Amino acid sequence: MRELSLNVLDIAQNSISAKASLIEIEVSQSTADNELLIGIYDNGKGMTQEQVQSVIDPFFTTRTTRKVGLGIPLFKMAAEMTGGSLEIESEVGVGTRVRATFKTDHVDFTPIGDLTSTVVILITMNLHTDFLYRRRLDEREFTVDTRQLKEILGDVPLNEPSIVSWLTDFIKENTKQLTEV
Amino acid sequence: MKSLEELMALRDAAKLNMTTRDGSTEATRIVVGMATCGIAAGARPVMNKFVEEITKRNIQHVTVAQTGCIGMCQYEPIAEVMVPGKEKVTYIQLTEEKVAKIIVDHIVNGNPVAEYTIGAIKE
Repeated sequence: MRELSLNVLDIAQNSISAKASLIEIEVSQSTADNELLIGIYDNGKGMTQEQVQSVIDPFFTTRTTRKVGLGIPLFKMAAEMTGGSLEIESEVGVGTRVRATFKTDHVDFTPIGDLTSTVVILITMNLHTDFLYRRRLDEREFTVDTRQLKEILGDVPLNEPSIVSWLTDFIKENTKQLTEV
Repeated sequence: MKSLEELMALRDAAKLNMTTRDGSTEATRIVVGMATCGIAAGARPVMNKFVEEITKRNIQHVTVAQTGCIGMCQYEPIAEVMVPGKEKVTYIQLTEEKVAKIIVDHIVNGNPVAEYTIGAIKE
């Protein structure tokens, strides 16, 4: 994957397949520590310990559960290449938490890329799933919660073209504000 | 700066628009493969381009959706166009430029772009 935001899009599909009603995406960056944390947390059907192990192993996985495939191994590789790591916590019936950490000053660090695009696609293509997107840069934080947006919108869907462009600009502008002095 | 107040205004405008729209026609469906293979091959900009063109041209009765692996990973990004009453058309190795042409020729004018389809490569 050329951007970490593409990994996020990919990993979040697993949460959707797991029938999550709420998916939380956390992207938290610390300039002082040169660290980046990407978390995808869901309340889907969860996995057993054996399933968690098989998800991490690309060769085992592709031959048994086609549903999962290379997504997690690619994301894990992107994290480990920088000296970071990936961990998965999961419980059947409760949900799954995938957390990857990256060292941003490492030469092999993959750029975050267009996270706005990832979040907008996830939100507008999965109207029955709620998303909580948390973007943190040092002390500053910005969040989007589709439960709040849906409350405002009532029966107007989030994929209505005018709403999609508002959402895109809303996320872009707020993200930009995080970096401004 | 975009605000939630602005969202409320957009909602009210959209509500008016929704009541005037006629819901009797069956929609054309465009489905983009968004599994690991599709995403790695560039499905996200392709998906964005479909949505953007449909919005820009104000095309009604077309929905864009995502799906998993279509099963031909080497030909990703793949999109399927399903026009009611017509046979499904599978487009392969899509780019934003190809999407623009598909929108004009196929979606607007009803002529599938044969050179971008899976059939073109198998011959």
